[in-house]
Amino acid sequence: MKKKFGLAIAAFAIFTLSCKNENKESNGTATNSNTESAVTTGGQENVKDDVSQKDVVKVAAASKDHTTLVAAIKQAELISSLSNAGPFTVFAPTNAAFDKLPAGTVDKLMKNENKADLQDILQYHVTTSSLKAEYFTDGMNVGMVNGGNVTVSVKDGKIMLNGTATIVASIPASNGTVHVIDGVLVPPAAK
Amino acid sequence: MQSCKPKGTSSAAGGDASKAYVAPGKYDEFYNFVSGGFSGQMPVYGIPSGRLLRVIPVFSVDPEKGWGYSEETKPMLNTSHGFVPWDDLHHIALSVTNSEHDGRWVFGNANNTPRIARIDLKTFRTAEIIEIPNSAGNHSSPFITENSEYVVAGTRFSVPIGDKQDVPIDTYKDNFKGTVSFIGVDKTTGDMNIAFQILTPGVNFDLARAGKGKSAGWFFFSCYNSEKANTLLEVNASQKDKDFIMAVNWKKAEEYAKAGKGVKKQVKYAHNKYDESTHSATSKMENEVLVLDPKDCPDMIYFMPCPKSPHGCDTDPTGEYIVGSGKLAATIPVFSFTKIQNAIASKTFDGDYDGIPVLKYDAVLHGEVAKPGLGPLHTEFDANGNAYTSMFVSSEIVKWNVKSLKVLDRVPTYYSVGHLSVPGGPTKKPHGKYVIAYNKITKDRYLPTGPELSQSAQMYDISGDKMKLVLDFPTIGEPHYAEAIPAELVMKNSVKIFKIEENKNPYVSMGEGKTKVERKGNEVHVYMTAIRSHLTPDNIEGVKVGDVVYFHVTNLEQDWDVPHGFAIKGANNGELLVMPGETQTLMWKPDRVGIFPFYCTDFCSALHQEMQGYIRISPAGSNVPLLYHTGKTKPSVSTPDTKDSGKSK
Repeated sequence: MKKKFGLAIAAFAIFTLSCKNENKESNGTATNSNTESAVTTGGQENVKDDVSQKDVVKVAAASKDHTTLVAAIKQAELISSLSNAGPFTVFAPTNAAFDKLPAGTVDKLMKNENKADLQDILQYHVTTSSLKAEYFTDGMNVGMVNGGNVTVSVKDGKIMLNGTATIVASIPASNGTVHVIDGVLVPPAAK
Repeated sequence: MQSCKPKGTSSAAGGDASKAYVAPGKYDEFYNFVSGGFSGQMPVYGIPSGRLLRVIPVFSVDPEKGWGYSEETKPMLNTSHGFVPWDDLHHIALSVTNSEHDGRWVFGNANNTPRIARIDLKTFRTAEIIEIPNSAGNHSSPFITENSEYVVAGTRFSVPIGDKQDVPIDTYKDNFKGTVSFIGVDKTTGDMNIAFQILTPGVNFDLARAGKGKSAGWFFFSCYNSEKANTLLEVNASQKDKDFIMAVNWKKAEEYAKAGKGVKKQVKYAHNKYDESTHSATSKMENEVLVLDPKDCPDMIYFMPCPKSPHGCDTDPTGEYIVGSGKLAATIPVFSFTKIQNAIASKTFDGDYDGIPVLKYDAVLHGEVAKPGLGPLHTEFDANGNAYTSMFVSSEIVKWNVKSLKVLDRVPTYYSVGHLSVPGGPTKKPHGKYVIAYNKITKDRYLPTGPELSQSAQMYDISGDKMKLVLDFPTIGEPHYAEAIPAELVMKNSVKIFKIEENKNPYVSMGEGKTKVERKGNEVHVYMTAIRSHLTPDNIEGVKVGDVVYFHVTNLEQDWDVPHGFAIKGANNGELLVMPGETQTLMWKPDRVGIFPFYCTDFCSALHQEMQGYIRISPAGSNVPLLYHTGKTKPSVSTPDTKDSGKSK
């Protein structure tokens, strides 16, 4: 979290600096149009709306059991995408699920140089359709945003993903469904 | 922070906002024809200003322009289902010659009740609408071949084709089929006819694009739901890792059609044309269509595997590369036309799909754009070998090089971008300069207007290496696809007036002296003229409850941009909007006794407010004689009706 906050300050500083110097402005924009526009607009995720149902990001952010996931989503720059119209299904590992990973895994993934790996893992937890728990059938494949597939098994009402994580709760969101899971899904090794 | 105060327009938008500034008195450089989505219409914007220039009524009635309300335009919205007052216009195709815009016509599709419309760019009015039989949800339409030989119409929904229509929905896999129709376009007049339809497996067709140059004889259609699901497609049509792009050798299909390989099927569809000399439309019901079955027509169609529910299916300016944008895919596959031809020649197939050969993915692939963004939807091109792909989920435009497949730049859109438009982007010679994104969500861009907000277009300058956001402008309905064309190709042909002496409308009044009121049984025909600033006749009597009154209003003006309008109190109808030299008719059924005012609705002159009149409605069975005049005043009298004089002329 601290790291992310630091980054935001850095980005803001770059923007401020670049606009101090009119000649440099186009260069500043060219290096990172994302940064500049994010500062200009605030982004969809920052739209003030206390009336609508919570989106998948806000559902996760409201849970004290998902602080690791939410920090990871921020670090992977996926907040804006997941605030989109979607619809999404998010498999949301709890903090305890992340704790089950080998020691140091999360810290390593949270480093800037490993952002692509973090994005890959998180995108393996998201699919672009809103799947309620009752839609899952035994043996079903779900194509995830990172390009990989998750295999579903349904036995005695228990829904398992890749044989490693179980859905423990399902929460409807404004732009999809959040299924809380008790394990982190590890993408099959990249081709 | 002081130094960050916007200085002039340039810093206000982050990009170079002055690029969107078109000074008063100057014209825009491009026309942007935008789909009006669920408005059913086609708005036209100026680029780079984003100014709304006109909303062309196409598939939906438009009371503002009398479209679908005047007797002359009602037949344009006729279908085999009767009069349909609304549709959902998704995509645009500007006519081309040698794969370059020629500025003659623009086509639009009706997504709901399958139809294609042709709009004449001389008048910016809908000239023709043809219904598509054996289709349900005309989404994959109206894309166009290299010399506008054909526009296509691929059905989104597969449906039962033929006599056996009443079938259980869960017999989809056995009974449902797709079709793609090739609608011929007459070189000179633009008149459309359904040349042939190709029967296909029961997939859903999404978008399409013709080849160009070396691939000009081919057409490419993206398809989803290769699972052939008929329920909860959100889950069931996303099961396979790959769906298809269907490659059609349309030159071969054309040969098969000419050689009599097709079967004529009995169908019913409306074909509506607007005639600018009679200023009226006719609707003809057609009853036959030629269907080609791939079983009888080998080497006509092939399937190419394409990741995950492809939406966009776009050929680059050289015609060598076909870009598939699978909205659930993690990469953007780019296919090579040369490799497709080689794979067909060497029969490098990966089995078949319902008897149609499936080309081996790796054999036809030029390469994949890796990690382009989330939710690739649609791609347009510039003249420098670059492609611009919209990313719905990650709300961005990604610029990449077609040959190297390397991502060169990415820029956010606000938010959930659908289609893109580069001026000339789908042609052989893109004009570049701008890419316009058509976005769904504007939550923090536009002032709130209740539960629904305007959707937006966002224009980016692409003249440099990096894309720069220049302008936001709101759109009507829901913008899907759009095309932009240099203004000079269109504006020089723009009609200014209709010559009154060439007006062949049977109800024209060639001058005020020719105006009259005629009774035919209970029909009353008012031959009326409009000119600044009076209507002739403007006093009418002798009309009764139970009559059906037709106001045939001829605009006698011969001056550009002087339409007159016509409306009458209580009409269950719209207004008329009559162009200079034109005749249009409003039907009115007076429902009660009394004096009814009518007036010119289009502010035309300093005495526009005086451009008005009265019609007197008497009880059914009354013997008030027919009387009409303009400008005749009589001394005030208070005698019974029977003493009124008769016709004034």
